[in-house]
Amino acid sequence: MRKLLVELRAGESGIIAGVTGGFGLQRRLATLGIKINKKVRMITAQPFRGPVVVEVDGARVAIGMGIAWKVLVEVTK
Amino acid sequence: MRILLMGNPNVGKSVVFSRLTGTSVVVSNYPGTTVEFTKGTMKIGEKKADVIDVPGTYTLEPTTRAEEVAVEMLKEGDVVIDIVDATNLERNLYLTLQLLEKKVPVIVALNLSDEAKHKGITIDVKKLEKLLDVPVVPTVAITGEGLKKLVSRLPEAKAHAYRHTDEQRWEKVGKIVEDVQSVAHRHHTLAERLGDATVRPLTGIPIAIGIVTLMFLVIRFIGEGLIANVFDPAFGAYEPVAMRMSEALGSGGLLHNIVIGNLIDGGIDFTQSMGLLTTGIFVPFAMVLPYVFAFYLVLGFLEDSGYLPRLGVLVDSGMHRVGMHGLAVVPMLLGLGCNVPGALSSRILETQRQRFIALTLMGIAVPCMAQLAIIFGLVGPYGIGALAMVFATLFVVWVVIGLLLNKVLAGESPEMFTEIPPYRMPYWGATLKKLWMRIRHFLTTAIPFVLLGVLLVNVLYTLGIIDFMGDIASPVVVGLLGLPPAAAGALIIGFLRKDVAVGMLLPLGLSMQQLVVASVVLAMYFPCVATFAILFKEFGIKGTIKSTSIMIGMALLVGTLLRLVLGV
Repeated sequence: MRKLLVELRAGESGIIAGVTGGFGLQRRLATLGIKINKKVRMITAQPFRGPVVVEVDGARVAIGMGIAWKVLVEVTK
Repeated sequence: MRILLMGNPNVGKSVVFSRLTGTSVVVSNYPGTTVEFTKGTMKIGEKKADVIDVPGTYTLEPTTRAEEVAVEMLKEGDVVIDIVDATNLERNLYLTLQLLEKKVPVIVALNLSDEAKHKGITIDVKKLEKLLDVPVVPTVAITGEGLKKLVSRLPEAKAHAYRHTDEQRWEKVGKIVEDVQSVAHRHHTLAERLGDATVRPLTGIPIAIGIVTLMFLVIRFIGEGLIANVFDPAFGAYEPVAMRMSEALGSGGLLHNIVIGNLIDGGIDFTQSMGLLTTGIFVPFAMVLPYVFAFYLVLGFLEDSGYLPRLGVLVDSGMHRVGMHGLAVVPMLLGLGCNVPGALSSRILETQRQRFIALTLMGIAVPCMAQLAIIFGLVGPYGIGALAMVFATLFVVWVVIGLLLNKVLAGESPEMFTEIPPYRMPYWGATLKKLWMRIRHFLTTAIPFVLLGVLLVNVLYTLGIIDFMGDIASPVVVGLLGLPPAAAGALIIGFLRKDVAVGMLLPLGLSMQQLVVASVVLAMYFPCVATFAILFKEFGIKGTIKSTSIMIGMALLVGTLLRLVLGV
């Protein structure tokens, strides 16, 4: 099942299936490991349109809601 | 020779720097910017080499100010020590490959190799060295392991001029990582679970409140301890010396007034006498410095432990309402010590708009230690209720002006996108070095201005200029703010340095309500000269005028409203 990164619930994992948005954004996201075929696990989503925190490559990355809308994830569990 | 330390943020670069260099470390601004970098020297055999701690960057295609500077500095280096986080090889090697395209000799320090082992990551160093074709030395900067070998292999650093497209680069990185790294399955460590608990709202918010409260209690404890045990006794011992100087100068006259100031009840009152060698040194050393020291000691520990980005996540959605994102919590917190380092740290915000909001809000409503000294000195004696009035006003002003600026200024605030480093025990060498540099910053910017302020007060008083200006300003000071005309002098000197103003307001015998108005206005209407200089550098004439008009306008408006509410 595909979800947007913002829709992932805490503890859910998935494989990044795509990043919509410009080349610049894709490039910037890639520098912190947010790119296609990467495994991500949701740690927490903050209330009131706050950022999400995900685990990728064993590291934690905070991603603002507006950006997390643009990342598509194939949910694995 | 010029050695550049480069690498991603949070890879232990400053620890390596601190280990390699001695005590002669200087902080400078990169020409034409407010971005600071630290420079030190080390000995290699007989020769001396400059070591430069370049701001951390993920790529050589810059997205922030600090990253732009990193790219610029690359042109001036003779050799690059690329510090790579062994626990996150893929992301770090991307920068390494970019460096290998720049025709500059590179050597790789594979840092945090102990942490990698804990995480079950094994890296074949020999193979990595072969694939990159530059020397690779595993290091644990915190303990100093591997650094000798790193230095001894410095001459082997090798330059390349590879050409890659972005895609090729990632592909190559992927292949290298696959070839050299194996990861054993493991469970999450305690530090990781604690780390996650501090970003989940349900657990994170109570923890944040606890940490911030504890932080201020510790700062107060250390600050008061220093004053009671070091500075009060020191000035107690100094007082007879100052009295003898006073007698030698004839206990009166212009020179006496400048050096010693007014005798109060026949003696020296260090806060009110207003002489260069009395109030001029007492205010910065005995009232402000102890708290600045305590503040940056505690905050430096918090910074280096990795907590602040987590606090940033928790406050992000609130910060968006005022036009910034969560990481703006860092300059705001640092500004509580001294607005200068606070303003400098605003470079972690990506856009000019964000920095404008951050610096303006800081100037208006984030009191620095000097301003806090005034607030506590003036209003403190009236108890917690009076203090609460001052801080509540400043907080409301911070929120309201933030909301307005966010509405009025064109553009939007970018989203937070940042790594959250794992919790690490700070390396005291690096934390203390940073503390020392901040203290030095405070001393060199504060003391000259305090002395200049005290000197000016005396000269202007003697010439009658303060009374004259008080008359001119009286419609504002008396009419709007409800303060006596003599308070104008304090407001004028406050342009230079706020803390000098305490000594000028105390003798006026103001009521509690007047003191609340005076402290709020003093805190709001203008940053000190040193902060003003940074504002100017960052935003140019137009931006600076805009920012200062907002500050002065708001200070008068809020001061007047407060006066009406309090019935002064």
